Amino acid sequence: MRRSRVASVVALGVASALVLAACGGGGGSSEGGGAGAPGGGTFSLNINSDPENPLVPGNTTESEGSQVIRALFTPLVTYNNETVEIEYGGVAESIETEDNVTFTVTLKDGWTFHDGSPITSSSFVDAWNYTANVENAQGGAYFFSKVVGYDGENPKPAMEGLQVVDDRTFTVQLSAPFSQFPLMTGYNPFSPLPEAFFADPDAFGRKPIGNGPFKADTEYVPGQGITLSRFEEYAGDDKAQAGGIDVRLISDVNTAYNELIGGNLDVFRYQVPPELATIAPDELGDRFFEREASSFTFMGFPLYDPRFQDPRVRQAFSMAVDRPAITEAIFSGTRTPAYDIIPPTIDGHRPDACQFCQYDPARAQQLLAESGFDTSQPVELWFNSGAGHDAWVQAVGNQLQQNLGITYSLRGDLDFAQYLPLAEEQGMTGPFRLGWGMDYPSPENFLGPLFTSAGLPPAGSNYPFYSNPEVERLVAEANAAPTNEEAVALYQQAGDIVLTELPVMPIFFSVSQGGHSENVDNVQFSPFATDIVLTDVTVNG
Amino acid sequence: MSRYIARRLLLAIPVLIGASFFIFFLVYALPGDPVRALAGDRPLAPGVIAELRERYNLDDPVFVQYLKYVGGLLQGDLGIDFSGRPVSETIAQRIPVTAQLALTALVIEAVIGLIAGIVAGIRRGSYLDNLVLVSTTFLVSIPVFVLGFTLQYFLGVQIPLFPISGTNEGLYSYLLPGFVLATASMAYVARLLRTSLAENLRNDYVRTARAKGLPERMVIGKHTLRNSLIAVVTFIGADFGTLMGGAIVTEGVFNLPGVGRAVFDAVRSQEGTVVVGITTFLIFVYIFFNLVADVLYAALDPRIRYE
Repeated sequence: MRRSRVASVVALGVASALVLAACGGGGGSSEGGGAGAPGGGTFSLNINSDPENPLVPGNTTESEGSQVIRALFTPLVTYNNETVEIEYGGVAESIETEDNVTFTVTLKDGWTFHDGSPITSSSFVDAWNYTANVENAQGGAYFFSKVVGYDGENPKPAMEGLQVVDDRTFTVQLSAPFSQFPLMTGYNPFSPLPEAFFADPDAFGRKPIGNGPFKADTEYVPGQGITLSRFEEYAGDDKAQAGGIDVRLISDVNTAYNELIGGNLDVFRYQVPPELATIAPDELGDRFFEREASSFTFMGFPLYDPRFQDPRVRQAFSMAVDRPAITEAIFSGTRTPAYDIIPPTIDGHRPDACQFCQYDPARAQQLLAESGFDTSQPVELWFNSGAGHDAWVQAVGNQLQQNLGITYSLRGDLDFAQYLPLAEEQGMTGPFRLGWGMDYPSPENFLGPLFTSAGLPPAGSNYPFYSNPEVERLVAEANAAPTNEEAVALYQQAGDIVLTELPVMPIFFSVSQGGHSENVDNVQFSPFATDIVLTDVTVNG
Repeated sequence: MSRYIARRLLLAIPVLIGASFFIFFLVYALPGDPVRALAGDRPLAPGVIAELRERYNLDDPVFVQYLKYVGGLLQGDLGIDFSGRPVSETIAQRIPVTAQLALTALVIEAVIGLIAGIVAGIRRGSYLDNLVLVSTTFLVSIPVFVLGFTLQYFLGVQIPLFPISGTNEGLYSYLLPGFVLATASMAYVARLLRTSLAENLRNDYVRTARAKGLPERMVIGKHTLRNSLIAVVTFIGADFGTLMGGAIVTEGVFNLPGVGRAVFDAVRSQEGTVVVGITTFLIFVYIFFNLVADVLYAALDPRIRYE
């Protein structure tokens, strides 16, 4: 009885809202899938936050801005979407080297920016010098740290290591051999910039003039998004199938999902939250898609703390964690257990590289007993607040408690603004959460910044302050290896040492999930986390 | 009257200056390094960190930072946010969205709240009174995001009466979010009016009015209701400020690019200029609408005169 009364009042409210609606009047404009060029059509795509920085490729290293930047810019090289191997589908005709130190880049003929200006060697050299100059405060500056003349501390307008040979050729000299350099050049900060950028960087950041398969039709409007259309003079092979993209900012993932179900959003890209992951595959059927992704989440050990200096302690902790239980129970399969430090999307990944990551409580107890770890003192587990890490870190704690008899307390009260400086000052008192995403598909992108001295903060993310001369040597050797096979083998050897000494315990890799409307087809993720391969998407007539 | 208004507006100036400094100081007092929060899991070159700190005056003491901010303000410069965008632009883009949402909510709240309050107040103890009582309790106790997503799902996705989210359909886009935002306040308005009306109906002047044979509609409409509205007008005036600044959840659910979201993000990333710029503006709105409420008193109650 009471319920029906309540319902009637709610209905009353809604009815009055409807009356108001009638008074207010308002057009019923339709959206999504408007008619575009023949074989074109427009589709809508969500991003879930404003790009953190102006849309300049050298300053865009986070996922949402990257999705837009990758539509607007094509760097020197591209990657095969299946094998993730390097392909010369970008502006570079070739990148050649004799010694892995000096690279000669030859550009293809006929590439132009969206404003019609030609792409020359200077388009790259000037862009790279601008990005690397710390005075310009570009987030991607450190990607040039391997180039001769890079200065991460002081302003420097040009690096000696970049030399223009002619309009279509330039050379890059590195300070140490690095065979993976060509792989790196597919990343945003290595994109070319037109002269228009240097004339007015602010205006450019709102409405970039790139060289990619899509061009910007509008300025980026914060809180709303940007409209892109196909660049008809695009010189690359991966010409866009669709005529345009309506990039819409939808900050709440549940709202975005409702828009997809309601038919107003064509491509829904996200790491689907666990509560949706159980519904989405059934509800969407063959319009659901997913891909193992490269985001790596792990817990670092404070190696500066005497309690965690014995590798057996770290091995015991790692073996006491039941990773599949966490990825299934807490993430409903939207994460995959990590048994390697190299993610599944990259050549060199091994599904069982880490023997000390296999769940084995008995062995864990034995190792912990041998190490003489004081279990009477509680262990503090750290994670940054407000980022959804509470549940799984607590699960790790419960498993440690259950399997090793360790009491734990959660320290999830700091956000990144405090968390990272604390980690940098060696202030962590127990295992602490860290994450790393792929910038370029090389094992070096994970080993270098996370486990070598070159990666010590703030230059990299080696927050456990791990250092092992043997790892450094193997990584350096791999960097100088003449072939990729040899390099990968050496990286794996370095990885084996890391996975035995365990400065961090790998926990999981991400799985990107998404859905699309009936309006579009051929929607899939690129190897870059939640990035959609925009050029492949077709709009159904 | 106009002197009273001028005096109240002049008084707003010290309030705005004090509040802006207070807010600036609070944002400054937040622990941690905003530049690091900006980069998250990704590293930054040391020189880039230094450059960003300098660009946003983060190395100066708070007073110097504030003076630099006010110095810019006097030249009409509200500063820039961490992505290099002028704060004035952010305000200009987002205030209209939030203002439309808040006004829609205010209208819905006033219309439904007043009708429900009058009905309940006149017929105390009746079926309708109980209905208002129960339904307002119910509305107040549902968290906004639950109501928001429920209505969005049923009235946006299942029965597509309203747009699911966004502002593409003009005023129509604001109806559902406006209703969701208004629910709690509408319940308060109804209850406030009901109590006030019920109380006033017991007053001597009502008895006198009835005794001289005035029709019931006049008794209530002209005498009792007018008196009872004072409390409600105070509440609605103050509530507009709350609706402007407190719509974070509703703006999130319905994906409206308003100030709530912007302030929330700015506080999290410790962007002092954005927080101060927007909140100072909101404080002004708050002061202004309270002033409007005060002026309305005089219209409602002839005994109140402002000199």
